[in-house]
Amino acid sequence: MNTVSLALRNLLRNRRRSLTTLLAMVVGLVAILLFGGYRSNIIYGTQTGFVQQTGHLQIQRRGYFVDGGDNPTAYGIADYPRLLERIRQAPALAPMLVIATPTLQLGGIAGNFSAGVSRSVMATGLIPEDRNRMMQWNDLGVVSYAQPLPLAGAAEDTVVVGTGVARKLQLCALLDAADCQPAAAPTVLDGAALPDDIAALSLLEKAGPTAPPGNRIEMLAATARGAPNVASLNVIKASNMGIKALDDMYMAMHLAQAQRLIFGTGTPQVTAILVQLKHTAQIPPAREVLSRLLAEHFQDADLEILDFDTLNPIYRQTNEFMDSMFGFIALLIGVIVLFTIGNTMSTAVVERTTEIGTLRAMGLRRAGIRRLFVCEALLLGIAGSVLGVLGALLIAYAINHSGWSWTPPGYSYAYLILVRVGEDLPLLLGSVTGMLAVTLLSAWWPARRAARLVIVDALRHA
Amino acid sequence: MHPVSLRQVGKTYRLGSVDVPALSDITLDIRQGAFTVLAGPSGSGKTTLLNLIGCIDTPDQGEITVAGHQVQSMPDDALSDFRARHIGFIFQNFNLIPVLSARENVEYPLVLAGVAASERHRRVQALLDAVGLSDRQHNLPAQLSGGQRQRVAIARALATAPRLVLADEPTANLDSHTGADIITLMRRLQREQDVSFVFSSHDPQVHAEADEIIFIRDGRITGIEAGRDTTRGQA
Ligand SMILES: Nc1ncnc2c1ncn2[C@@H]1O[C@H](COP(=O)(O)OP(=O)(O)OP(=O)(O)O)[C@@H](O)[C@H]1O
Ligand SMILES: [Mg+2]
Repeated sequence: MNTVSLALRNLLRNRRRSLTTLLAMVVGLVAILLFGGYRSNIIYGTQTGFVQQTGHLQIQRRGYFVDGGDNPTAYGIADYPRLLERIRQAPALAPMLVIATPTLQLGGIAGNFSAGVSRSVMATGLIPEDRNRMMQWNDLGVVSYAQPLPLAGAAEDTVVVGTGVARKLQLCALLDAADCQPAAAPTVLDGAALPDDIAALSLLEKAGPTAPPGNRIEMLAATARGAPNVASLNVIKASNMGIKALDDMYMAMHLAQAQRLIFGTGTPQVTAILVQLKHTAQIPPAREVLSRLLAEHFQDADLEILDFDTLNPIYRQTNEFMDSMFGFIALLIGVIVLFTIGNTMSTAVVERTTEIGTLRAMGLRRAGIRRLFVCEALLLGIAGSVLGVLGALLIAYAINHSGWSWTPPGYSYAYLILVRVGEDLPLLLGSVTGMLAVTLLSAWWPARRAARLVIVDALRHA
Repeated sequence: MHPVSLRQVGKTYRLGSVDVPALSDITLDIRQGAFTVLAGPSGSGKTTLLNLIGCIDTPDQGEITVAGHQVQSMPDDALSDFRARHIGFIFQNFNLIPVLSARENVEYPLVLAGVAASERHRRVQALLDAVGLSDRQHNLPAQLSGGQRQRVAIARALATAPRLVLADEPTANLDSHTGADIITLMRRLQREQDVSFVFSSHDPQVHAEADEIIFIRDGRITGIEAGRDTTRGQA
């Protein structure tokens, strides 16, 4: 017969009203949790994708990230083997480090001269084994769409391009038939239409077994000394890069190949060292270690450390966008629940005015009356939270196993729709806490009014 | 010592701009261990007076002493605790807590007063026996007749063994036969437990049982009469 059992009995006495209120809370909580879970999935997915591609931290020459873009030679790190060695050996970093790998970014023009087409590309020189290792990063347990680069173990002149690049270059053998209109007939023979000097350079570059003619392209780039240089490359795969703008520009090649294209026989350089950590939360301490390392051993190299947020501004923007949407939905639902419970409790207070007067006359203090109604609302809140969480988990499970998919804006292929409710403890705790807070808030005023009723007026209430 | 003393007590209600004097200049001592009836026509101020004695309303003038305590200026929480300890209420409409069984309704004031469970069960059982409702103790109020509900209410009012039990027209919602039973029950328990009963009633049956009848008209005491039963001494 304590406050809780009294509150519970009063709720059960008004079964229909309690159920209606409960339903509003459950629906509200389920909506918040499902959207929150969806948001988590997107944010985790985005984070995972970026971590797989860019790592958590990058060491670059100062200014390269902002100004350097397509000018690798002005911002090259010549001393990079020593830097890599230091990073890999740093004892403070070792427990956090997954991998540190060099990369060389370069711009150039790729041409399929047999088809008479060309387009400019952004090429990344990389170590395929390292990158494939990076793509296995899945600390957040998302469904990853990353596919290993087939460059690992392949000849040095092999490259992978985006499907957009392949389409432009009419590399039909690598594409779905629907995606490609091959040139009616090879109009020119290999090299015949090229200016003489470029053709000559191209001939110098030719190495390794000749690939099927359809997949061979030439890549033209400017060397460190400003002279044009050409590499003959063997496209072994066209991969869909997800984002179309990237898909139309992308090329991945062996680091050594890229370095030969840009630096020729000079000292090979890179534009960045990618550092991937075990957990995203380790960025600050890892950055600390790297800063010390650079200050101690590479003072003259003029290097800077860029973190994940800086490297991928769209990640933060996505987060902020999802957060603001989540906030708006949560606010809306919070207000609805606030008024629903407030209304339920107000009605209860009016209905039970005589009872309140009686309890007060018998010696129950004001605080006791307040406690009774707050307790009723809280019981509703707890029941609503439990049912809401269970409902959300159940629906999330159903959605996650339904195979629904959609194509996000700017993406060129569909993603599975997943909601991560159960895995997102902060979301669960936050939503439940919020729900209980709203419950308390909405019960507070009716409870206060009940507690402040004038006893004799309450008793006179018919 | 008188369980209740009032000195020059007045109470005025404001209705818009009109002052309605409900009680004026009431000076009165209630006898210890007596069955005291407030009698008077409708609107004479009986309920108002009972509310003041019961410490659920405050006077505009005068002093009220209940069980030796000046109550008119006590803070609300202290007054609540005071009521829980010293005063039992019986209402015209029974006012049982609808979600509690008969037994729990009787037990509730004891929970409020912080009485230990074993003692509570002993007292509740004794009271349910005394009002003859042991066999209905697990029924909810809605499952009881009016007379049975009022019996539960009487047991509830007596649960904490208060100095004073107040009843505002306890039989008005009962048929005359049931009303008479209730009066007899209250009278018996009042004697057995030596508690002071004060209640208002239009009912001549009640007047006949009283130790003392206080007549009120237009908010003033117009006379005090000893009842038929004068065997009990003055306190
Ligand atoms: N809350 C109130 N506001 C205004 N006037 C009131 C209020 N309560 C009582 N009164 C007035 O005070 C006077 C006394 O009322 P009270 O209820 O004490 O009479 P009563 O003797 O109990 O009448 P009844 O036998 O009909 O119950 C009446 O004139 C009534 O109109
Ligand atoms: Mg009255």
